[in-house]
Amino acid sequence: MEQYKVDLLLVEDNPNDAELTIRHLKKNNMANNLFHVKDGEEALEFIYCTGRYAGKNVLSQRPKIILLDIQMPKVNGIEVLQRLKSDPRTQSIPVVILTSSKEDPDIQKCYKLGANSYIVKPVNFERFAEAIRHLGFYWLLLNQPPANEL
Amino acid sequence: MILVINGVVLTVACTAFFIYEYYNSRKNTLNKVAAIGQIIATNSTAALAFDNKEDATEILMALKAEPHVEMAVLFNEEGKLFCLYRRDSTLPLPALAPLPAGHLFKGSILELATPVMLSNHRLGTLYLRSNMGAMHERFQLYASIVIVVMALSFVLSLALVRLLTRSISDSILSLSKTASIISQQHDYSVRANKLGDDEMGGLTDAFNHMLDTIQTQNRTLRQFARTLEQKVQQRTAELQYANKELESFTYSVSHDLRAPLRAIIGYTAILEEDYSHNLDDEGKRITSVIKNNTLKMGQLIDDLLAFSRMTRQEVTREPVDMSALVQEVKNSLACQYDYGKVEWQIMPLRPAQANRRLIQQVWMNLIANALKYSSKKEKAFIQIGGYQQEGKLVYFVKDNGVGFNQQYGHKLFKIFQRLHSMEEFEGTGVGLALVHKIVARHGGEVWAEAEENKGAAFYFSLPV
Repeated sequence: MEQYKVDLLLVEDNPNDAELTIRHLKKNNMANNLFHVKDGEEALEFIYCTGRYAGKNVLSQRPKIILLDIQMPKVNGIEVLQRLKSDPRTQSIPVVILTSSKEDPDIQKCYKLGANSYIVKPVNFERFAEAIRHLGFYWLLLNQPPANEL
Repeated sequence: MILVINGVVLTVACTAFFIYEYYNSRKNTLNKVAAIGQIIATNSTAALAFDNKEDATEILMALKAEPHVEMAVLFNEEGKLFCLYRRDSTLPLPALAPLPAGHLFKGSILELATPVMLSNHRLGTLYLRSNMGAMHERFQLYASIVIVVMALSFVLSLALVRLLTRSISDSILSLSKTASIISQQHDYSVRANKLGDDEMGGLTDAFNHMLDTIQTQNRTLRQFARTLEQKVQQRTAELQYANKELESFTYSVSHDLRAPLRAIIGYTAILEEDYSHNLDDEGKRITSVIKNNTLKMGQLIDDLLAFSRMTRQEVTREPVDMSALVQEVKNSLACQYDYGKVEWQIMPLRPAQANRRLIQQVWMNLIANALKYSSKKEKAFIQIGGYQQEGKLVYFVKDNGVGFNQQYGHKLFKIFQRLHSMEEFEGTGVGLALVHKIVARHGGEVWAEAEENKGAAFYFSLPV
């Protein structure tokens, strides 16, 4: 069985945003165990080892953090969040919502669904870099993830 | 009432009739008795002249035919009783004296003296006594007739009154019943029964006609209300839809416009970071221009969104401690400005009834403006204060900065209007427009006073 060692799962449909995010993480040496999926559907398949990821055991090695974009085609971030937080196998995985907009009408909903953090991606490059660096540092190094048990 | 009036009228009429009839009968009786007296007197002339008592008695006996003549006495020239006729022998004789000619009513008795003349020579006097029996009989008859007529008319008018009142009261009962049905059940389709073509009938018709009108008007009103309700619902739906559209538009704008901006800045930054060795100074300048403009666009989007949000947002009010709020704003701006060269004078401020978050935005924009436009002074002086005036609270922020030409003051609060170039001072031209909008939504006003290179003062008022 193929095993993944994923500490950080990035769910982001915008390739530019994904590239910039990964770049900032790499610069801070936090992208070693990073996996990037392009939409919500792929994210769910990856986490629950179905579809494209059938037979690959992700659940036994849960990521320390999931960075989740909201606006995505097919299955959006809200739906992914809902699935994760309502499933006992995945509900303790920290999820950080990454969005482009302050105007997001779903911020309240995200927290209610159990989002651990809600970050608006700054337009400013330096501030974006700093935000990603903080995020990586906090969730990958500082934060103590729940015990990896099912 | 009607009966009383009726009785009074009848009584008055009968009394008048009686009085007239009484005098008339008296006169008739007198005339008749006088005529009889004249005839008897004339007939008795010969008997008196020849002293023939038998003839005279015979003549007087003829009065038997007249039942009312009770007594007739013929006196001779000397005034001595010559001949006597008495219907009833108990009747007293008249005074045996020559009687003056004439008549006298004594109660119900008429006494009449007629001279017996023969060619201007008075031979004697005829005395006649007549009772007024005829007249009394007639009066009895009249009285009976009057009583009968009065009784009849009383009964008749009683019946008529009954009939009339019934027709009136029936109509009124019908009207009041209809009215109570309407007032209790609000059913305007009922109608009062029309019981005749009289005034009450007319009233009923008018009442029913009024109900017709009310029904028609109600129908029209209901129709209007329905149409109006439909319109309101339609408009509300349209508005809700438009609002939703606007919200999703706003979201799209903020989300979808910011993503490419982030990419532009991000990739330009990568160019600077990773390929700067391939860029000459002009190339580096150009990348920084790209970055700055993209940043500015990002700021514009944020400001515009804040501005449009203000238009939609409901303004809820709470008591706001303005002094604390100003302190808070001042502290939050400390990281962006060099407070070392700023002298503050903050007067105690009256609390206001306002939306805390929005008023914070107002203070934020005004204080940031004051800091920004006085930043080029060696020593910036910022004064914050307020006062109460004519039922409103006025607050102000004054600075000793560059100020502006009062001539362009009216442009200040319009969106995207700036009185300074980007090179002089950065800005999107949304801040004061937002201030204006927030204050206007609170029912207040904004205004500014300034002098070029001397400073500016911005005021806003809030209703107490």
